[in-house]
Amino acid sequence: MAHLSLRGVGKTYAGGTSAAVSGIDIEIADGEFIVLVGPSGCGKSTLLRMVAGLETISTGEVRIGDRVVNQLDPAERDIAMVFQNYALYPHMSVRDNMAYGLKNRGQSKAVIAERVAEAARMLELGPYLDRKPRALSGGQRQRVAMGRAIVRQPAAFLFDEPLSNLDAKLRVSMRMEIRKLQKRLGTTSLYVTHDQLEAMTLADRLVVLNGGRVEQIGAPLEIYRKPASTFVASFIGAPAMSLLDAHVEGGAITLEDHALARIGNPAGPVILGLRAEDIRIADHGIPMAVEHVEELGAQRIVHGTIGGQPLAVIDTGEAAVQDAVLVSIDPDRLHLFDTATGRRIEKHLHPTPEPAL
Amino acid sequence: MTDMTVRTRSADRALLLRLRAWYSAETPNPAKRVQFDRPLTPWLFLMPQLAVVVIFFYWPSVQAVTSSFYIEDPFGFGATFVGMENYTGAVTSSQYAGTAAFTAFFCIVVTALSLGLGLLLAVKADKVIRGASSYKTALISVYAIAPPVAGLIGMMFFDMHMGPIKDLAAFFGHDLRVGIDYWDTAGALVTISVWKQIPYNFIFFLSGLQAVPVSVREAALIDARSGWRRFRDVTLPLLAPTAFFLLVINITYAMFDTFPIFDVVLKDKPANNPMTLVYKVYLDGFKGNDIGGSSAQSVILMVVVAALTVMQFRFLERRVHYG
Repeated sequence: MAHLSLRGVGKTYAGGTSAAVSGIDIEIADGEFIVLVGPSGCGKSTLLRMVAGLETISTGEVRIGDRVVNQLDPAERDIAMVFQNYALYPHMSVRDNMAYGLKNRGQSKAVIAERVAEAARMLELGPYLDRKPRALSGGQRQRVAMGRAIVRQPAAFLFDEPLSNLDAKLRVSMRMEIRKLQKRLGTTSLYVTHDQLEAMTLADRLVVLNGGRVEQIGAPLEIYRKPASTFVASFIGAPAMSLLDAHVEGGAITLEDHALARIGNPAGPVILGLRAEDIRIADHGIPMAVEHVEELGAQRIVHGTIGGQPLAVIDTGEAAVQDAVLVSIDPDRLHLFDTATGRRIEKHLHPTPEPAL
Repeated sequence: MTDMTVRTRSADRALLLRLRAWYSAETPNPAKRVQFDRPLTPWLFLMPQLAVVVIFFYWPSVQAVTSSFYIEDPFGFGATFVGMENYTGAVTSSQYAGTAAFTAFFCIVVTALSLGLGLLLAVKADKVIRGASSYKTALISVYAIAPPVAGLIGMMFFDMHMGPIKDLAAFFGHDLRVGIDYWDTAGALVTISVWKQIPYNFIFFLSGLQAVPVSVREAALIDARSGWRRFRDVTLPLLAPTAFFLLVINITYAMFDTFPIFDVVLKDKPANNPMTLVYKVYLDGFKGNDIGGSSAQSVILMVVVAALTVMQFRFLERRVHYG
């Protein structure tokens, strides 16, 4: 158990012109579950592998506990890693797969047997201990990979998209198991995924990465409610937040000539972010042309356009959706972003006078 | 009578129809039919290969077995049946026992050295990142040399009058006399044979190493600090299928395919030099004109190889893990 800290960590590959990852600062408290999330190629796996020691660190430093581990071998960093394709030793039984790391650490046979038995009980792997990995299903293999990490009792768990190879149903149940297990063991964890739903449900704190840089760090709900940029806004949440070109004019935010809310921000173009659940189909409001409807059972997602700009609306009604509807937008739940930089703009809902100097 | 003819005719017709139906039969389950719509077609394609096997393997084998029971006239005028005499003669001769012992020694040493060195080079080449392909090409290129040529090159190195290795040995105070001294010749034969076989093993070991999943290697990197342990516990077991295959191939190589090297090195040399059983079969049969005795020896060799193969597959393969 230990805290983990990344300070100014960056990676430039030999022969590469630009940095794959740069300037990453993350402080991870003891026992915290941190999820690194981002689209493919954003550098999240590279970052995890630098912590594991499988990639060299080009700049900055990584601390596990009180040790700077930049120059240490992976085996000396006191971490355990769970790989996407399980990476089990195919020629060893489940028992030996779990015990191998401990054997190399010079643990006594009694300790190894006890820890393997404990992990097997926790993961319900008891009946499979003498099987080879090829005789196991995908979910069972992933459990063995987890068991291999658990028995080591490391300072930190590193997960590299561990659920990506499982089918959708198994993924959901394994996700809950990983969370329960981590809570119970209280081991600091760093988890990489490209699945924003997985990220939201697992994390104590999320780190959203884009193009090798941290876009935003925060609790899942905080990030959902206050995305720091258009990138985060469109990446976190399903359906994605609709982003529309709008204007601040005459103390109000206007979308296609409809004033949505009074606002104190300076006049000019802005990007308006709207979550689908903050828009309702109503008998008054802004006209929207409906393009298609996704029926999800409990609710449906209505995709359409306002003045040619696409947006999604969640509708819980029973009646069939017409081709043209009126939508009303919750004025308190608008998100504004800078048109040029894409960064979030804090809105001043009530106009405040300029402070006199 | 007319009735009979008609009946026969119709029977013929029926047979013909059935034959034709059989030849052009649609396989009952089209889902399982792979490529051929006529059952004879695959045999047609197999013919050349079968012909080669029969003409160059089965037929000579049968010939060898038959002539091993005869003493043949050296000039081809008839043969006398002698039963097992050729076999007892071969097995009881002290020269044969010596050659057999040397063959075993030669097989073990050549197999062990060429496998070991091939593996060592493959492991090292696998780690090279910069200029990897030129290293690999350099290491593999020897494989392109034909065995007699390899023997010739080897002989130039070991030559008693101008070979550089002779000078090297002299520098260490050893008078190297390949072709005259039994163990000097053996050393030269082993060296040339191993040198020729290393690239073959290297290619297979390298591809075997590259087939070990990267993530499994990385998992091992996290689990074990010592590189030797990772190699012993993870890489080597995963290479076992490759190694087993190579073991069979290398023993076969040492026993049979080194013939051209022996031929080049031992030609025109005194008779007390080491040789393998295969070379002795050739010498006795074609130089000594003892067809019967040489046939008996080759039959013994055949039995030994069969036994060896069975042993390899029964005892060794069990310990091999296939992915």
